Amino acid sequence: MISFLNANATIVIYFVKIALLLFIVLTVNAYLTWFERKVVAHMQSRWGPHRVGPHGLLQPLADGAKFLLKEDPTPAGVDKFTYFLAPLMALALALTSIAIIPFGPQPLHIFGRDITLGIADLNIGILALFAITALSVYGVALAGWSSNSKYPLLGGLRSSAQMVSYELALTMSVVGVLLLAGSFNLRDIISAQAHHPERGIFGWNVWPQILGFFCFFVAAVAETNRVPFDLPEAESELVAGFHTEYASFKFAMFFIAEYTSMITVSCLCTIMFFGGWLSPFPASWTFTHYLPSLILLPFGLWVIWDGIRYETVFGKIILPGVGTAIAGIGAVLIAFPAVNEFIQGPFWLLAKIFVFLFVYVWMRGTLPRFRYDQLMSFGWKLLLPISIANVVITAFVMLLRGAR
Amino acid sequence: MVPTSYYLILSAVLFGLGVVAFVFKRNVITIFMSIELMLNAVNLAFVAFSQARHQSDGQVFVLFVIVVAAAEAAVGLGIIILTARNRQSLNVERVDLLKL
Amino acid sequence: MTPQLAIFFVLAALAVLGALNLILQRHPIHSALSLIVVMIALAGLYLLMGSEFVAAVQIIVYGGAIMVLFVFVIMLLNAGVEERTNVSKLAGVAGIPLAVALLGFLAAAIARSNESAQAGLQSGALANTKEISTMLFKDFVYPFELTSFLILVAILGAIVLAQREKS
Repeated sequence: MISFLNANATIVIYFVKIALLLFIVLTVNAYLTWFERKVVAHMQSRWGPHRVGPHGLLQPLADGAKFLLKEDPTPAGVDKFTYFLAPLMALALALTSIAIIPFGPQPLHIFGRDITLGIADLNIGILALFAITALSVYGVALAGWSSNSKYPLLGGLRSSAQMVSYELALTMSVVGVLLLAGSFNLRDIISAQAHHPERGIFGWNVWPQILGFFCFFVAAVAETNRVPFDLPEAESELVAGFHTEYASFKFAMFFIAEYTSMITVSCLCTIMFFGGWLSPFPASWTFTHYLPSLILLPFGLWVIWDGIRYETVFGKIILPGVGTAIAGIGAVLIAFPAVNEFIQGPFWLLAKIFVFLFVYVWMRGTLPRFRYDQLMSFGWKLLLPISIANVVITAFVMLLRGAR
Repeated sequence: MVPTSYYLILSAVLFGLGVVAFVFKRNVITIFMSIELMLNAVNLAFVAFSQARHQSDGQVFVLFVIVVAAAEAAVGLGIIILTARNRQSLNVERVDLLKL
Repeated sequence: MTPQLAIFFVLAALAVLGALNLILQRHPIHSALSLIVVMIALAGLYLLMGSEFVAAVQIIVYGGAIMVLFVFVIMLLNAGVEERTNVSKLAGVAGIPLAVALLGFLAAAIARSNESAQAGLQSGALANTKEISTMLFKDFVYPFELTSFLILVAILGAIVLAQREKS
C-alpha cells in the first residue's frame, strides 16, 4: 500500500488536497451562514441563533440536517433535465473556482515531498476565474426557466441579465492590476506587490488602483447576487426569485454556491488588491511574526473563560475544549519558529478574507437594495465607463513611467 | 503528442454534423446554433494549423471569428425575434412566402 | 497511448456526442445545452494544444455570452418541442452510409497528407498571450479596429431591431 502511494504520489497528493479543500470550503460555508446570522442579528439588536449548541455554533448542523431530511418535491410540468442540471451546475462551478486560488507562498515539506498550498497554479488564473463566472450565469437562467412558473422565470431572466451586465465591468476593472503585474498568474500578481517589501501596506495594489478596486468590489457583489443587488432573489420581491420552486437539497446547493462565490470574490479581492499573503507591516519588523500567536492565545483563553461560565452543561464542556485547542495552536506557534514562519502567509491571507466576508455581511445588514432599472443603469452607465477610464489612466501612467 | 490530422478530422466531423443539423432541423434557433457549430469547427482547424506551424496567426484569426460570430448572433437573433413575433411560429417551413 | 492522446480522444468524443445530441434533441434548449458542451470540449482541446488564451476567450465569449444570448431568446420566445418532420426513408437508408464513406475518404486523405506534423505545445502561457497580443496590436491592428466598428454596428442593429413600433 505504501509502495502504491509512493509510486503514484502526484495523483494521491492531488486527491488528498482536493478532498481536504472541499471539506474546508464546505465547513467554512456552513459557519459563514452562522456568522452572517449572528452579525446581522447583533446589528439589529437581537441575539441570532443561540440555542442550538453553545452560542448557536451547532446551528449549521441543524440546518444541514433539515436540508437533508426535508421533502424534495419536483413541481409538475418542469423540464426535468434542466431542473436537475441547474443547481448542479451552479454548485460545481462555484466549487471549481476555489481550486485556482493559492493559499500560501511556501510549499509544505512533509514525507520528503514539497506540497504547494493550492490545487492548480494556472498561468491564466484570472481568465479561468472569469470563464467560470461567465458560465455560472447558466445556473441562474436555467433554474428560472425550468421551474415552469412566472416568478422564477422573471427572477431568473432579471438575475442573469444583471450578472451578464456586471461581468463586463468586472473584467475591465481587473485589467489595471494585470497591467501592473504583467501576468494572469495569481502568484505573480502577489509577487508584483512584494517588489518593495519595506513598504508593507503601501506596496499593495489598492493604492494605485483604488478606482479599479471599487469597481471590482461593486461588480463582484452584483455578480454574486448579494445585497444591495439581490432584487431578483429577495424574499419580499419576486417571492424568492429563480430558486422559488427549489426545495430542500437543491435549494441548499444554490445556497452553498452563493456563499462559495462570496468566498471566492473575497479571495480575489485580497489577492489582486490587498497583497494576498503579504504582511501589512514592513518586512524588517520581524517581531510582527508573533502576531498570529498573540491573537490566538488570548482568544483561546477568553473562550475557555466564557465556556466555564456558560449556562448549559454542554457549553461548559465544549467551549473550554475549543478554547484549549485554539490556545494550544497559539502556544505551538511560539514554540516552533519554523511552523511560525510557514504560517505567516496563510494567516494574513485568511485574515484579509475574513475582513472582506465581514464587509459582505455588514452590507447585508445595513444597505437597502437597488431597484432593477437603477441597478442596470448603474452597471452600464456608471461602472463600465469608470472601469474603462481606469484602464486608460493606468496604461497612460505606465507609458509615462516606462518612457522616463 | 497528438498529430494535427486528428484535429483536422475532428473539425471535418463537427462541420459535417453542423451541416446535417442545418439541413434537417425545423426550428430556426436550432439552425442558427448549427451555424455556430460550423464556425467552431473552423476555429478548431485554425488553431490546429497555428500550433503545427508554431505561428500565432491562426489564433488571432480565431479571435476575429469569435468576434464576428458574436456580432452575427446578436443581429441574427434580433431578426429571429421579429420574424417569430410576426408569424407566431418558429418553424422555418412556415417562412416560405414573402406575404405574412 | 500517451496521456495527451487519451485526453484528446475523451474531449473529441465529448464534442462529437454533443454535436450529435444537438441534432437528435427535439427541444431547442437541450440543443443549446449540447452546444455549450461542444464549446467546452473544444476549449479543452485548445488547452491541450497549448493555446490557453484562446481557450479562455472561447469559454468567456462563446460559452458565457453568445450561448447565453441563445438561451435568453429561447426562453423569451417560449420555444417548444419541434414538430415531427417527414424525412424520406430513402434519404436515411442511402444517405448515412454515403456520408460515412465520404468521411472515411476525407479522413484518409487528411491523414496521408503532409499535415501529419505533430502539434507542439508552446512554452508557457505568457508566451502564448504575449505573442497573440503583440501580433494583434502590431500586424493586425487594422482588422482589430474594424472589428470594434463591426461590434458598434451590431449593437446599433440590435437596438433598432428590438425597438417597439412608434405608434
